[in-house]
Amino acid sequence: MQVLMQVLNGLQLGSIYALVALGYTMVYGIILLLNFAHGDIIMVGAYISWLVMAQLGMPPVVAMILSVLGCTLLGVLIDKVAYAPLRNAPRLSILITAIGVSYFLENGAQLVFGADAKVVPAFTDVSTIQLGGASLSFAAVATVVVTAVATVVLTLLVQKTKLGKAMRAVSEDMGAARLMGINVNNTISFTFAVGSALAGIGAILYTMAYTQATPTMGMMLGTKAFVAAVLGGIGSIPGAVVGGLLVGFAEVIVTALGLSVWKDAVVFLLLIIVLIVRPTGIFGRTMSEKV
Amino acid sequence: MPADKKRRPVLVQVETPNLIPERDLGKMPVLQAEHLGIDFGGLTAVDDFNIAMGRTEISGLIGPNGAGKTTIFNLLTNVYRPTRGTVLLDGYDTAGKSVAEVNHMGIARTFQNIRLFSKMTVEENVLVGFGSQMKTHLFADMLRLPSHWRQEAEFREKARELLDIFDMRRFAETEAGNLPYGAQRRLEILRALATSPKVLLLDEPAAGMNPAETEELMENIQRIRDEFQIAILLIEHDMSLVMGVCEVVGVLDYGRIIAKGTPEEIQNDPKVIEAYLGKQGVK
Repeated sequence: MQVLMQVLNGLQLGSIYALVALGYTMVYGIILLLNFAHGDIIMVGAYISWLVMAQLGMPPVVAMILSVLGCTLLGVLIDKVAYAPLRNAPRLSILITAIGVSYFLENGAQLVFGADAKVVPAFTDVSTIQLGGASLSFAAVATVVVTAVATVVLTLLVQKTKLGKAMRAVSEDMGAARLMGINVNNTISFTFAVGSALAGIGAILYTMAYTQATPTMGMMLGTKAFVAAVLGGIGSIPGAVVGGLLVGFAEVIVTALGLSVWKDAVVFLLLIIVLIVRPTGIFGRTMSEKV
Repeated sequence: MPADKKRRPVLVQVETPNLIPERDLGKMPVLQAEHLGIDFGGLTAVDDFNIAMGRTEISGLIGPNGAGKTTIFNLLTNVYRPTRGTVLLDGYDTAGKSVAEVNHMGIARTFQNIRLFSKMTVEENVLVGFGSQMKTHLFADMLRLPSHWRQEAEFREKARELLDIFDMRRFAETEAGNLPYGAQRRLEILRALATSPKVLLLDEPAAGMNPAETEELMENIQRIRDEFQIAILLIEHDMSLVMGVCEVVGVLDYGRIIAKGTPEEIQNDPKVIEAYLGKQGVK
């Protein structure tokens, strides 16, 4: 029983990391940008949920819709305002801009909402579900199911739709994609929209589990998800999911062993080991430079 | 076949210095560039480039390395914004259009160094070319609704028909990066054709090919022109290809057209020999 609970915990935490890592990996895949503001988009999503439910007293469904919508728009807006003007600039400029956007969002949230944690009300009264005699946390089950569905939908989107083909084409060769008639700017905006929508879903699932919104909550979450994306092989969708689950399970196992102060260290140790053994990550392709 | 290849069209002078095949006379030139030029800083890369292409003309652009040939392709496709001059595609000015929009207006190209989407399949590469003709039904596509299947089936069949031109249907599911070199070059041409261009620009299509492959390429270029009734402008160093397939040849040197004419005229033009071999070569 105890083991089953821990497995579910690992799946839950891992799924959240996986969702966030998917957003990282998609944006990286298309414009080779490590979008350090991605974790902070989740923070904004959490505040939207809090605002809608705790402040405006509206039902949880509205909070969910507005969180996902708000995150989606924010992601596209960040790209248009901060990243799009730097499309042809050196990659370092846009990376530094991403860090700037991250600080802007964190400090902006602190200015608007204050530094103290806000309690996000529960999205549902159901807290457990019974399954064959075992009682499972509803939040955990919902998180796992939603992440699984999101991953399948995302894979279909990328592999089977016209926009998905455009995304892959832009990610391989932006110049050639333009010359084949692809509207590159729209394709990139769309990628940001999808990645940020996943962040919005991640925000809901995260606040379901941890019921708090703080200005800096996106920092560690974003960093861990980044680790997950790199572990799995950045740019790879299955890689992000596997990486997310690995990081989640590693944390849960370390915590279960009573070493919870070590859990962050273990995650980063895992990253170091994988990067030494397999620098491109688990699902990453080996890059061979052309001579 | 060889006899047919030697049958040159009669060229007609249209507002000097431009020549087009007689059969295209009376129809609006499909591509016109007037006084086109670009400076990079103080360096003039292309200076006063003029062309008027007949709707079914095969034209070649030759010149020593660094003469500005690829730059002209980049100007015609709006990858570079011209410093001066205009480009008219089927009568429409391309100024201010995005690269993708210019492609939609009817110009497509291949690359000197192959730039396929190498991690996508051969069929997907062609489908990307078809992209602007496909309707976007994001949710129908993801939910696999009937409208998605209809469009998918229609365009997959179109893609495979296109692949048939070069007998490449059997490679449809192959990752483009795994194709043999010659097949990659052919796929680039097909991907460009999928965008349904009126003008096809080929940047050194015979690069890296052996004489037999070049011979086949020549036949393919003519076949594409005949089947699709489009104009083809190519840059090439392989003189056998240029002289064998082009109806009009322009010679570029230091960003300027120094000679224009039929392949025979160009071969015997002292200015051309000088550009390639220096003044000594003339004697």
